[in-house]
Amino acid sequence: MTKHNLPLYLLFSLAILLFPFLIANEYFLTVMIVIGINALVALGLILLIGFTGQLSLCQAAFYGIGAYTTGVLSAKFSFNPWFSIAVGIVMACCLAFVLGLPALKLKGHYLAMATLGFGEIINIVFKEWGNLTGGPSGLIGIPQLALGGFMFDTDLRYYLLVWFIVLVVIAILFNLTNSRIGRGLLSIKHSEEAAASLGVAVATYKIKIFMCCAALGALGGGLYAHYITVISPEAFDVFHSIVLIIMVVTGGLTYIEGGVIGAFLFTLIPELLQAVEDYSIITYGFILLFILMFMPQGIAGLFNSGIKKIKGHLFNKVNVL
Amino acid sequence: MALSAQIFQLLLTGITIGGIYSMVAIGFNIIYNSTDILNFAQGEFVVIGGLSAIMFHHALGLNFVLSFFLAVASVSFIGILFERSTIHFLKKPALVTLILITIAVSIILRGSAMLVWGKDSLVLEPFSSSEPLLILGAAIHSQMLWVIGIMVVVVLFLTYLFGFTLFGKALRACAINRDAAKLMGINTKAMVTLSFAMSAAIGAIAGIIITPITLMEYDRGAVLGIKGFSAAIVGGVGNSTGALVAGLMFGIIESFCAGFISSGYKDAFAFALMLLVLFVRPGGLLGKYEVE
Repeated sequence: MTKHNLPLYLLFSLAILLFPFLIANEYFLTVMIVIGINALVALGLILLIGFTGQLSLCQAAFYGIGAYTTGVLSAKFSFNPWFSIAVGIVMACCLAFVLGLPALKLKGHYLAMATLGFGEIINIVFKEWGNLTGGPSGLIGIPQLALGGFMFDTDLRYYLLVWFIVLVVIAILFNLTNSRIGRGLLSIKHSEEAAASLGVAVATYKIKIFMCCAALGALGGGLYAHYITVISPEAFDVFHSIVLIIMVVTGGLTYIEGGVIGAFLFTLIPELLQAVEDYSIITYGFILLFILMFMPQGIAGLFNSGIKKIKGHLFNKVNVL
Repeated sequence: MALSAQIFQLLLTGITIGGIYSMVAIGFNIIYNSTDILNFAQGEFVVIGGLSAIMFHHALGLNFVLSFFLAVASVSFIGILFERSTIHFLKKPALVTLILITIAVSIILRGSAMLVWGKDSLVLEPFSSSEPLLILGAAIHSQMLWVIGIMVVVVLFLTYLFGFTLFGKALRACAINRDAAKLMGINTKAMVTLSFAMSAAIGAIAGIIITPITLMEYDRGAVLGIKGFSAAIVGGVGNSTGALVAGLMFGIIESFCAGFISSGYKDAFAFALMLLVLFVRPGGLLGKYEVE
C-alpha cells in the first residue's frame, strides 16, 4: 500500500462494510456477492494480463476446476468444504503448471489459442464425466460453508465473508505489484528480452503468476460453488472466460482496482439489460464496443488520467508521469 | 451397414463439415494476413450468410441463384462496415483490445440476427434434389456434393486471385510487410477493407451451402468461429493451404470420433490436436517451424 491508494482503499472497505446495513435488500446482496466472486477471478487476470502481459482465455476453466473440485469432494465424498476449496486451489495450480510449462513459451495469438483450447477441453470434461460431475444437468447438493458452529447460511454472512477475502486479496496485490516482483512483471510485459538481460527470471515469473491467476480463479470458483450449491458446466465455458477478459479490459487492465470496477460493471450490465429483453444482446455489444473504442485504458485508466489532469490544473505544474 | 460403407459415409460427412471449417479458417487467414487481427466475428459471417439467403429466397421470393449472390454481397457489405466503423480508426491497439473489439462486433451481429430472424432454426432446401444418393452403399445427402464442389471452386478461385492477379499480389505484399507495401504505392488501408469484404464473402458462402444440411440459427457462429481458428492454427496461421488441409482434417477427426468413440468428446480431440501442434510445432503442420 502506498500513500496514494491507502485512503481510497480504506474508504472502499468502509463502503463495502456499510452497504448491507444501509441497503437491506436481498437481491442487491446476492448481486454484490456475485460481483465479489467475479472480482476475485478477474483480479487473477489483472495480474496475468495487465501486469505480466500474458493473455489467457481459460480463466473460467480454473474457476470451474475450483468449483467442481470442492463441489465433488464435499457433496459426493463429504469432505470438509474448506479443505475441499483448498484442494481445488491446489488442483488449479497443478493444471496451470502443466499447461503453462509448454504454453507460456508461446506469445500473443498463439498463447490465446492454446489457453482457449485448454478451456474448451476442461469444459467438455465437466460435461462428459457425468458420474462424477453430474454432466450437463449439473452437480447438486453442495453444502454451505460453516466455521465451527457458525453457518454462512444467510446472504449477509456470505457477503461479509466474500468481500473480506476480496479486500485481503486486493491489499496483497497492491503490495505485490508495488514491489520488486511487480516491477519485474511489468518489465516482462514490455520486453521479455530486456527483462531477461536485467536478471529477471522470465520463465519462472510467468509460470508463477499463471499459477497465482489460476489459484484466484479456483478460490472464486470454490466460493461460488458453496454459495450457489448447484453448479453446471455452462457457468465455466469459454464464453465466461471471455466475459472475465471483458471485465478486466473495460475496468482497466493495468490497475488492480480495474478488476473490481470491471466486475461491478459487467455483472450489473447484464442484470440491468434483462429489462430490455430481446435487445439485451445487441445493447451489451454496443456498450462493450463503445468502452473499447473510446476508453482503451478502461474506466480506471480514465479516472487516473482525469485525476492527474485536475491535479495539474490545481497546482499549475506539468505532470511528467 | 457394412463397415466400409460406414467409413465412407463418415469420411464424406467429415469432409463436408471440415469444408466449412476450412472456409472459416481461410477467411480468418485473409484478415489475419492483412491486419494481424484474430477476428472472432468470423463465425457470424457464416450464420448471417445462411440466414440472409433464406430471407432472400423465402421471404422475398427471389430465385435461388440471385438469393445466393445477394446474401454474399450483403455479408461482404457487413464486413466492410465492420472494418470501416471500428478497426479503421485504431492506431496500434493492444492485442487484447483488438480481440475484444471483434468479440463486441460478433455480439452485435448475433443480437441483430436474433432480432431479424428470431431464435428458431431456419430451413433452406437443398440446391438440387433432396433424395439421398447411394454411393458405395452409403447414403449421401446430395448437398454434400455441392458443399465439396463449391469449396473446391472457392479454393481454386482464391489460388488464382492470390497467385496470378495484381490485386492478389498486392494483398500478399501487405501480408509480408505492410510498410514496404505502402512504399511500393499499395493502398494498404484499402487492402485491409477489401480483405474484410473477401473474408466475409467466403464466410457467407460457407453459411449458405451448409444451411440445407445443418439448418441455421442465430447463435451458431461462436462455435463455428472457434473451430475455424483452431483449424487455422493447426494449418499454420496465414497459410491457406494449411487452413484447407487442417479444416478437412478437423472435420474428418470429428466425424470419426463421433462415429466410433464418443460424440461428447469429439470436440476435445480436435482441441487436443490443436494444443499438441501449438506445443510441438507452433508454426502449424504446413507452416514454418518457428514463429515469432
